[in-house]
Amino acid sequence: MDAGSILTAAGVMAGIGILLSLILAIANKKLHVYEDPRIDTVDELLPQANCGACGVPGCRAFAELVVKGEIAPGKCTVADPKEIDKIAEFLGVDAGGSDKKIAYLACAGGSNVARQRATYDGVKTCQAANLVAGGGKGCSWGCLGLADCERVCDFDAISMDENSLPVVDAVKCTACGDCVEICPKGLFSIQPMSHKLWVACKNLQANEEAEDECEVACTGCGRCAMDASPGLIDMVNNLAVINFEHNHKANENIIQRCPTGAIVWFNKDNTESIKGKNAKKIIRKSSIPMG
Amino acid sequence: MDSKFLKIDISSSPHVKRPVDVKKIMRNVVFALLPVSAFAVYAFGISALTLIVTTTFFSVVTEYVIDLIEKKESTVGDYSAVITGLLLGLTLPPGFPIWMAALGGIVSIALGKYLFGGLGFNVYNPALVGRGFLQAAFPVSISTWHPSFQADRFTSFFSSNLAFPFAKPTVDSVSGATPLAAFKFEQKSTEVANLIFGQTDGSLGETGGLLILLCGMYLAVRKMLDWRIPAGIFAAVILLSVIFNLINPEKYPSAMFMLFSGGLMIGAVFMATDMVTSPVTSLGTWLYAIMIGILIYVIRVWGGLPEGVMFAILLGNSLAPIFNILTKPRVYGTKKAGAK
Amino acid sequence: MANSFKHGIHPPEKKEISADKSIKRFPFAPYLVIHLAQHIGKPAKAIVKEGQEVQRGQKIAEADGFVSVPMHSPATGVIKKIAPMLDFDGKMSPSIIIEPHPGSDQNVLVGREVEPDSLTPEEIVKAVQEMGMVGLGGAAFPSHVKFSPPKDKPVQTLIINGAECEPYLTSDYRVMLEQAKRILRGIKIVMKALGAKETIIGIEDNKKDAAQVLKDAISVDDSAVKYVKVEVLKTKYPQGAEKMLTKALVNKEIPSGGLPADIGVMVSNIATVSEIGELLPKGQGLIERVVTISGKGVDNPGNYLIPMGTPLEFVLKHAGVNEKARHVIFGGPMMGKSAAYLEMPITKGASGILVMTEEEHAPKKQKVYPCIRCGECVNACPLFLNPSRLGILARNDEFDKMAEDYNLNDCFECGSCTYVCPSNIPLVQYFRVAKKVLREGRQRKQQSIAG
Repeated sequence: MDAGSILTAAGVMAGIGILLSLILAIANKKLHVYEDPRIDTVDELLPQANCGACGVPGCRAFAELVVKGEIAPGKCTVADPKEIDKIAEFLGVDAGGSDKKIAYLACAGGSNVARQRATYDGVKTCQAANLVAGGGKGCSWGCLGLADCERVCDFDAISMDENSLPVVDAVKCTACGDCVEICPKGLFSIQPMSHKLWVACKNLQANEEAEDECEVACTGCGRCAMDASPGLIDMVNNLAVINFEHNHKANENIIQRCPTGAIVWFNKDNTESIKGKNAKKIIRKSSIPMG
Repeated sequence: MDSKFLKIDISSSPHVKRPVDVKKIMRNVVFALLPVSAFAVYAFGISALTLIVTTTFFSVVTEYVIDLIEKKESTVGDYSAVITGLLLGLTLPPGFPIWMAALGGIVSIALGKYLFGGLGFNVYNPALVGRGFLQAAFPVSISTWHPSFQADRFTSFFSSNLAFPFAKPTVDSVSGATPLAAFKFEQKSTEVANLIFGQTDGSLGETGGLLILLCGMYLAVRKMLDWRIPAGIFAAVILLSVIFNLINPEKYPSAMFMLFSGGLMIGAVFMATDMVTSPVTSLGTWLYAIMIGILIYVIRVWGGLPEGVMFAILLGNSLAPIFNILTKPRVYGTKKAGAK
Repeated sequence: MANSFKHGIHPPEKKEISADKSIKRFPFAPYLVIHLAQHIGKPAKAIVKEGQEVQRGQKIAEADGFVSVPMHSPATGVIKKIAPMLDFDGKMSPSIIIEPHPGSDQNVLVGREVEPDSLTPEEIVKAVQEMGMVGLGGAAFPSHVKFSPPKDKPVQTLIINGAECEPYLTSDYRVMLEQAKRILRGIKIVMKALGAKETIIGIEDNKKDAAQVLKDAISVDDSAVKYVKVEVLKTKYPQGAEKMLTKALVNKEIPSGGLPADIGVMVSNIATVSEIGELLPKGQGLIERVVTISGKGVDNPGNYLIPMGTPLEFVLKHAGVNEKARHVIFGGPMMGKSAAYLEMPITKGASGILVMTEEEHAPKKQKVYPCIRCGECVNACPLFLNPSRLGILARNDEFDKMAEDYNLNDCFECGSCTYVCPSNIPLVQYFRVAKKVLREGRQRKQQSIAG
């Protein structure tokens, strides 16, 4: 190895390197694709969850549409509202925020209040249990408690409480709709958080028949419908159904005469549901024994 | 309407089951291996006992520890680790250093089973993975043989058993060659009767050919072993041996010699029949068995090693998924295999 | 040498519990629940009102369209309520509740007699629909629809299913022993409706005496002896499945996704044919059926003629349910459905009520091992599917692959694979969930495409 060959090798390598860099530099200039620089700024303010709650595939794609003016920044219900306001200000558009939407559960029948009529043995998912005589719960519309919703939620927004009833975390929920799709009893629905009045039951049986199976069932007594403004609540097949076009008429007094506490009122951040004064107090903490 | 007079259960159909499960099958395989192990101890003494116990112990412990690390329920109770340990032990030469045997037990379970995902997911027979590892890592010790039925076998170890971990193993003064090696490298043949009844040198499980066959038949009768696999292997080996033996009896050994020498008996009956690594379809199983039989013969006669069972079975294991796909049966009511 | 099909399993038969008990009538329960949707197709429409008096045999609901059948009242009494009640699957289904008059008897009063020989095939089909007849083997498919195959697929051979391959069940066996003449009458009627040239009755060889009774009845009947024959089949499960029965008797396979009419056959259960033979000439409707009540959980097992709509509670009490009973099954142990709500009634498709004790039933909470690829399921599946691979795919939620590459939709859930699996994998349950997800996905897709 003499100095001459080392220098030759180094020189050739350097030459190739310079040549290739020149080619890259020219290509960068000549083949440049113009992209609105605002897209980067908007993209940085988005949460980067790529969850699809806005209906667009990915945050980058959403940023492109926002800059083009085809979608309102407020459509991203997952982002912090302050970031959305920043985007709106930066682009000079209206935030157009909609009410954050989350998943609502139409059942309050945990194992401490809802009777199990038969013990289910088999694959431990709600979808499988529902195919075996409906799961064996006394109320055939009620939650089976085998946590398909908890497993399918990609955002850890659903957790099962000590009575095997799912609880939705309003902060983490992105209203992606996976739980709506997977629940075999169809108990989840996506509602705006402004819906504070809610019937947490789907039971179509009346009076004692319903209460025998679940202590917090809607018995179809109709008191809430009477106490509400006309047109807000209809009694359909022994179940109270709220017409949310009249949601502005809903108030906390409606729930007070409910004997079981099936109709509830959500507090400010939907972290807690409040039952009426007359609702029977539930003291049992563990599952109802069978037989 | 509340009917509280009966406490009832619900489940999906079918509501009855055959009273056989994995644990029962594995337990019976262990029972079938015990006489073979007992014979090995009878032939080779406390060396054999220690080796077999070591491989089994370390296999089971490795499985237990891995389950602990993965925070899963312990699967030791299904006896599959015990089987792996016993089989690995039975493939080892009697003078094998004990520390190497322990390592083999650990590798069998960790690399041969858990690396693939545990019971039901492994591609290769775990005992053979361990054996293959030992063959590659310690080629000298794995091919050093000692004679059977030594007078002092119940009171003293072969000196190589007690070799210090990682120290260079001592070469024993009393060592011999297996019948296969003798035939291949020295053109010396062995009495078939000696082979069948285990009066020769060899690995721990090689020697009791007839006993292995009997234990295998016990399992086949109880429907816990697929008889088609040993049948296919024997058929292929016998056919090839007979043809070539007729051509040149000096160069090519007889069928009986082929069947009862080396690890063919134990490989065909206990290793190739491992359910996880063998095909599921009927035709696929026959093809797999015949291929293994052919490979055993080819490696033994024309390959560089005297013994071909391990590699033949490992190759068979790697092709089992392909056999499954190739022999996909025609579904009832369709025109050809795989048609909708 | 008895005919058979390939693969299959042979679970313990357990028929001796009720085999020698002749058919006995069941008394009326205090109330009867008639589901309007107990058959495949559209539910029947109620034509009575609450408080109305009805007679035994009177039509109380009419068919809604072609794939639907009417319902008749099993008792003389009063209509108590018309309301949704729970069905097998835990869903509310429209029902009529009848309260029989105390002391009302079980002689039928309503019915207009006809001479079956004078009817045309179309008239026979109409009459079978008017009877409210559905397949009594368990599927509850409207029989008249089966008896009117498409014009381009004529039926040559009528196959009568007397196999009764499920363990415990003996109702078809008793029907064969006690109602041979009715069966032959029914066969003649059905053959005329179909235009079939011959009839083969398939019976398993564990019921040789029933086969002999039928053979004797045929030999003394001038017309039946010309085109009805009895074939004895090897006792194996699921011999009574349509596909297996056809293969064993005429050695042809029903095409995947196709119907028996595609190969010129039609399969009917023997109890169905017996009821047609008895009720059609009298112009009466289907109001009761033979049900096997068996299992160690009842003290009086047997084969009972039970009025439709009798609640399970009443059936169990009358059959002497004991405190060892743990599991109640509608149908046989291999394909039957667990009953969760004991107020559910006997329906047209209930061929058996099994009351099993803890020891008879598959052990609860068995440990499920991973698939060890032993191949037992592949050897058991009568359709030559690969349940092992289907199970592995199901665990990974690869439902589309199961349907496209491994013929999931051919599986009729006989349970042979799950029966033999040493790893206790609940294969049939996985397949049911997979089929449901695929069906719903397709429906949801169609709905979103539609609008």
